[in-house]
Amino acid sequence: MRLLVNKVVLALSTLAAILGLIFLFWILITLTIKGINAISLHIFTNDLVNNGLRNLFVGQFILAFIAVLIGVPIGLIAGIYLQEYSFNNKYAKFIRNLSDVMMSAPSIVIGTFVYAILVNPVGHMNGWAGAIALAIIMLPIIVRTTDDMLGLVPKELREAGVAIGAPKYKVIFDIILKAAKVGIMTGFLLAFARIIGETAPLLFTSGNNEYFTLDLNHEFPSLTVAIYNLATMPDKHLVDIAWAGAFILTIFVLIINLIGRYLIKDKG
Amino acid sequence: METFFKRLSSLSATTILLILTSIFIVLFIEAKPAIKEYGLKFLIDPRWGVVISNTQNDKLKNNETVEKSSFEDKDDLDDDLEDDDIAIEDEDALAAAGVTASTDTKVIYGGLIPIVGTILSTLIAMIFAVPIAMGIAIFLAEIAPPKIAKPVGIAIELLAAIPSIIYGMWGLFYFGPFISKIFGGGSVSLLVAGLVLGIMIIPFMASLTRDSMKTTPDVLKESAYAIGATKFEVIKDVIFPYAKTGIIGSMILALGRALGETMAVAFVIGGVFKLPSKLTDPTVSIPVVLANNFAESSGMSLAALFYLALILFVISFVVITFAKFYFLGDNK
Repeated sequence: MRLLVNKVVLALSTLAAILGLIFLFWILITLTIKGINAISLHIFTNDLVNNGLRNLFVGQFILAFIAVLIGVPIGLIAGIYLQEYSFNNKYAKFIRNLSDVMMSAPSIVIGTFVYAILVNPVGHMNGWAGAIALAIIMLPIIVRTTDDMLGLVPKELREAGVAIGAPKYKVIFDIILKAAKVGIMTGFLLAFARIIGETAPLLFTSGNNEYFTLDLNHEFPSLTVAIYNLATMPDKHLVDIAWAGAFILTIFVLIINLIGRYLIKDKG
Repeated sequence: METFFKRLSSLSATTILLILTSIFIVLFIEAKPAIKEYGLKFLIDPRWGVVISNTQNDKLKNNETVEKSSFEDKDDLDDDLEDDDIAIEDEDALAAAGVTASTDTKVIYGGLIPIVGTILSTLIAMIFAVPIAMGIAIFLAEIAPPKIAKPVGIAIELLAAIPSIIYGMWGLFYFGPFISKIFGGGSVSLLVAGLVLGIMIIPFMASLTRDSMKTTPDVLKESAYAIGATKFEVIKDVIFPYAKTGIIGSMILALGRALGETMAVAFVIGGVFKLPSKLTDPTVSIPVVLANNFAESSGMSLAALFYLALILFVISFVVITFAKFYFLGDNK
């Protein structure tokens, strides 16, 4: 009887695993088939107004890149504070927990917040609002990564630096950050992968733009928002373009994740 | 330089606190007109954008009738709601009605339908995802040989990184029609939304659960095997008790993710302001209401949307904090 129960349970959980994997591969396979069929050179050389995706790729990338420029310095320095300056006091623990909670905050709520402070006062959606929404989403991820990675640096390295009379910030920048470089960079890469696929916080902050633009003061092209709009159109051709965009986005995100994984592994 | 950098670093850490508090405060301020107007009854009022004529000039009396009718509606909830004269206006009419509200009509906004939609879709997602994610976690941690467990584990983790909009799109074009063939109903419904949501959180939940299970020391497992326990008994009596808090914590984190998810749901829930009388009915959830209506709203409807956003923020904040402190422990 015990052996039977054992067998049944093991079979069930294997089955559950197979079922889960079937769903997940179903998604990947349909995405690949639909995506590859819809990809053409036209998509890369034309903007949305001419049924292409060029301006959207550029726009999405710029939004994510600005988010990195804003989120990374703040997050990095905050992570340094938590690990190097706070001596793990109560405040640091509080911030650490708060940051973890913020990591799980619904991204659409962050969108509404940014709308209230950056879109409503201006009167129209703009690229800055979208980039800042993404930066807010990214910030806690950067803090967490930096905090964790600095924590792995051996104490002896810090002591060695201080022993030769270096000021603390020099020790941090020249020794500790160098030691944790690969881990931290990987964290940034993964955070970038996370925000480049975000849609919800962009819907009503930067919106979308059919034309090629680099002007962040107005509605800004976004691949993910465009996918959402196109996929719900009755025109089959537009839906196909959405599939192409979705496929390219997914491949991009997966490749970044694989690179991140490789970097961590390479480090040992 | 040293003190400057030290100050700067503690200031950066404080930004986290600053942003979170300002999210709360800003949402509260923006939602204030709606909070003042509807109070906590917003939570149980199923009418969204319903125009009621305001024949009485006395505002107090009018408020009373609003209360009454809202309770009547609540009693009818379980009954067929299609009979209720819920008039859903499209965006333009809504905005127009909002402007004229002060003269002779009044638009009522209640949050019950999106709140119920959010809770039900998350519930369906959890019911669907928990057993499968547990199965995958057990499979990866205990059953599969390393040669299989490793690539499958990596695949699962990669799938957790796929943007949620992809899940939504797949749900709309493939999974929705598939479900409607089996269970009837349209290809967009509460059921489809819940299941897509479930599929989306499976990889996340499975990899966290597997990590928790793996923290069980080998010595404990080996001693159980040594006295003749079967694999199932080891899982049930050694691994689960040991990793229990971590596993439950992972589940709640996944639940938090499902609560606030927008894109995976927006494609497949239907976006209709109607309480579902059965699983295959279309309805709406808080994030979806925000996604669909935010850009076009103003005045009271915008305040009501901010009210919804505030509710969602508070719910997810409570859920995550609960998971963190009770199950996952204070880190470090």
